[in-house]
Order: sequence, then C-alpha cells, then structure tokens
Amino acid sequence: MTYTAWIILTAALVGLSCGIVGVFLILRKTAMMADAISHTVLLGIVVAFIITREVSGPAMLIGGILAGLLTAFFVQWLHTLNVQHDASMGIVFTTLFAIGVILIATSVGNAHLDVQHALMGEITFIPFHTITIPIIGEIPEAAGLLLLVLVVVLFFIIAFYKEWKITSFDPALAASLGIPVLFMHYVFMGLVSITTVASFDAVGAIMVVAMLITPAAAAYLWTDKLLIMLVLSGTFGVVSSIVGYYIAAWIDTSISGSMAFATGLVFMVSFFFSPKHGLVSKYIRPSKVA
Amino acid sequence: MSSILLNSNTQWVLVSTMILGIAAGIIGCLAYWKRQNLMSDALSHAALPGVVVAFLLFAEKNLLVLIVGAGISALVGAFLIQWITNASRISEDSAMGMILAVFYGFGIMLLTIANRSPGGNQSGLDSFIYGQAASMVKSDVITMLILALLVILVVLVGYKEWKIYLFDQEFAKGIGLSIKGMNAFYTIVLVTTIVIGIQAVGVILMAAMLIIPAVSARYWTQSFLVMILLSALFGGISGAVGTLISALGSGLPTGPFIVVVAASIFAFSLVFGKQKGLFINYIQYRLHQKRVRNGMQMKAEGAK
Repeated sequence: MTYTAWIILTAALVGLSCGIVGVFLILRKTAMMADAISHTVLLGIVVAFIITREVSGPAMLIGGILAGLLTAFFVQWLHTLNVQHDASMGIVFTTLFAIGVILIATSVGNAHLDVQHALMGEITFIPFHTITIPIIGEIPEAAGLLLLVLVVVLFFIIAFYKEWKITSFDPALAASLGIPVLFMHYVFMGLVSITTVASFDAVGAIMVVAMLITPAAAAYLWTDKLLIMLVLSGTFGVVSSIVGYYIAAWIDTSISGSMAFATGLVFMVSFFFSPKHGLVSKYIRPSKVA
Repeated sequence: MSSILLNSNTQWVLVSTMILGIAAGIIGCLAYWKRQNLMSDALSHAALPGVVVAFLLFAEKNLLVLIVGAGISALVGAFLIQWITNASRISEDSAMGMILAVFYGFGIMLLTIANRSPGGNQSGLDSFIYGQAASMVKSDVITMLILALLVILVVLVGYKEWKIYLFDQEFAKGIGLSIKGMNAFYTIVLVTTIVIGIQAVGVILMAAMLIIPAVSARYWTQSFLVMILLSALFGGISGAVGTLISALGSGLPTGPFIVVVAASIFAFSLVFGKQKGLFINYIQYRLHQKRVRNGMQMKAEGAK
C-alpha cells in the first residue's frame, strides 16, 4: 500500500474506534471524562517510557490503561468525598497532566517524547514505524495497535451489548437487575483509555477528544436507536478523518487538527439539517403543541 | 536561588503569576458556585484559534492583541456551547467537550500555517500556548497586572450582587437584578481571567488555576467571603511558588509547577481542612463512636 493509503487507513481506524466508543460517552453523559482521560494518558505513557526506556506499543498501552483507570478511580473517590463531580475531574486530570509534562521536561528530556508531539500527534510519521505480522505482512505499528484495540472494543460492546444498553440508559434499573454498574463503569473507562492510547500517535491527546465526542454527538441528533447510532457514529468518524486528511493536504496544515475540525463540520451539518432534531426541520415542522 | 530572585525580570514574572493566581482564585469561587468548573477548561482551549488569528492578522506577538483575539474566540465558544445545549438534545458537557476539541483542532490547523509563514515567530507563540512565564517581558506583565486587577475589582465592588446572583436567583429577580446581564457579565469576567492566564500557565492547564484553589478553600470555611479570600490566597501562593520552582531550572514550563503546587494545597486541605476534611471527619467519627459506647455502657449500668 502507498504512504497516503496507510495514513488514510490509520485515520479511518481512529475515526471508527473513537466513533463507536464515543456513543456511550454521550449516552452516559460522561463526555468530559474523555477529555480528562486523554490528558492523563500522557502521564501513563511517560511513566511507561521511563520504566522501559523505549517507545513500545504494548508498554504504552498498559501505561495508558492504568493512567485512565487511575483517573476514573480518583474522580470517583473525590466525588464520594462530596467534591462536585466536574470539579473533581478538573482537579485530577490537570494535576496528573501537569506531572506528566514535568516528567517530560525533566527526566525524559529530548528523547522520543515531547509534549508537542503528544498533544498534536504526528500521523505523517506513522507509515515509517512498521511491524511485521504473519500472513498480512508489514504494517505500520500504529495501524496494527488500532486494529487490535478496535477488535477489543467491538468484542466488549457486542458481548455485553444488553448490559451496556441498560447501564447507559437506566443505571438504577441495571443495579436492581444485579448488573455491576460501577464495574461496568470502570470497564468502559478502560475501553476509553485504550482507544485514546492507540489514537495518540495519530491525533494526539486533545484531538482524540474531538474524535470521541463529536461524531457520536452528531449521530445522537439523527436517531433514537442505539444500534443505528453506533453505525452512524462510526461512519461519521471515518468520514471526518478522511475529509480531514484532504483538507490538510489541500491547505497544507496539521492533519490531526483538520480531522478535529472536520468532525466539527459533520456536527454542524447534523445540528442544522438532521431530519429528527435539526434546527431547520424544527423550524419547518414546529413541534406539536402539547 | 538568590541570583534568580535578584533578576528583575523574574521579580516581574513572579508578581504577575501571583496576581494571576489571586484573580483566578477569586473567579474560581464564582465558577464553583455556578457549578461550571469545567467551563473554564473548554473556554481556555477554545481561545487558541483566536490567539493564532490575532497573530496572523497583526503579524506580531503583542500580548494585548493576542489577549483580545483569545477573548473573542473564547466568547464565541461560550456562545456556541450555550446555543447547542439550548437548541438540541446534546447535554452541556458533550457540547463543552466538542467545542473544546474542535476549536483546539482548528487552532492547531492555523498554528501550523502560522509557523510556516515567513516571520512567523513560532517560539513565542508556542510558549503562549504551553505556558512559559519566563518568556514574558515587562510590557506583558503590566498588561496582565492591569487586567487582573480589573477583574479582582469587579468582583469585590459588586460582591453583594454576585452573592445574590449565585445563591438566590429568585431574590435577585425580585430586587431587579438582571440575571441575563449578570450571566453575560460573569462570562466576560471568566473569559478575561482565562485569557490573561494563558501565557503564564498555558491553555491546557489554565482550568486548574480556576478550579483547584476554590475547591481547596471550601474545606476551611462555610462563609462565601472567607472562601473567596482563602481561594485568592491559595491561588497567589500557587502562582508564586510554582514560578519560583520553575525558575530554578532552565526551560522548565511554569504552568505544570503552578498546578502541582495548587494540587498539594488541595491535598493538604482535603486531609486537614476544618470543614469536612478527612482527618476532622475521622476524629469526629471516633468521638461519636466513643460517645455511643459510653452511652450504652451507662444504660447497661442503669439497668442493673
């Protein structure tokens, strides 16, 4: 495959996995947790780097998951101590992120990690770091990691589809049915973390938030059915990453920035023109007077 | 250490981060009681495109110009969050997350273009985004000082109005205080605080300056006025100490150290705070247990 094809494929994988995970972020009204986790994953990656002294996929994945779960745990813990939920989020992620930045600035120094790279991602380098997989052959490491994460995410969502549905829409009912709601919450935060880590190389810490939240929010405006929302959100993710790539190629700018921008465009179109909840359709067909 | 303190630029920077901490601590209390802690995070990210556009338009790194650009773009972000939340079924935190990330992405697009443009003084712009107080010069410090003092003044002069607005909106309407006007005013004050802090702390960590001191102050008092004063104190200390630590090494970013100092103050307050601190709670719990046990013993003796 050509250089461009690999970039587009990687970007599309980011869009697909983020789009699917994002649906549950929107439905569980924990969208800002994505922001928190995407920042603290940086700390996990840095610590993994300090321990193993190399930039390797699996170590970073584990570091990222641990950091993400730690964030979820701290936020939950502070919340049980009567700190407002969003305030505890704000405290935890800014602090862990700050520690990550300090570690990079002091001990890791000029090694392979730098803050800017971590925050913005560098998808243009992705085709150069390849690994060899039996049967398929040589593929970029980031694409392989994303593929693996996508499989894991799909497995968890399909295997526990009914449980996700109930815990997302009606946690109280779920608890009364004996579904471990808190445990599911942590599993979900783990899924968000691995998706974030895998997307990190490609789009960086902050743009991954755009990929996670925006396509799902756009899909939420089109449908009331969970399955359709998942399909739509994944599609929107893929479309915006491809559109983003071509915008970036067209005006020669940051690919990850353009991908985030493209998700915004998709949302804007949905916000105005979605037949169900769009502004225009609301204007044409005024809601029934109750 | 003393040579750093004697350096006049460091002194200026120190003063400005301290005042910034004080202003952010005060505004943070308003945000805390409006329950909009993460709004500051969304708005500080949303400021990025404005900074770069201002830079591209005027082709120089003049702090005031950048601040105005940042302010306009953050206000647009605030407006969009409001609009999306009101006009669709998207919840506020989803809207905040979207605006935060999409604006930031757009900002990065523009920044890449700005860095490529001839004369694009990129080192200056980057430090503006990640927070490097050491890169500030005297004129920057003065701009920051004036704006920060203005923000502090606005809150102190209108203290009574703010209090009524935050705690009893019905009463506020009753005495003819315009809630809409106060909302707008609040957003402007919040955005001003955020944009003046960006250069010292960076767009990503600015939210911490608004959130952490206010929550820490909550552990020491039940009075709004004392909370504001304490939060200002904590913010000021974080700003000053964080700047000092980052001045010890060369090229250390200021923002993260300020945040870590603030987080240490929070951890201390969480454990030892007079109101609902973990330590006090534990002691009260033990005392209560003892009292219950004594009471039971006395009952048992009485029954004999």
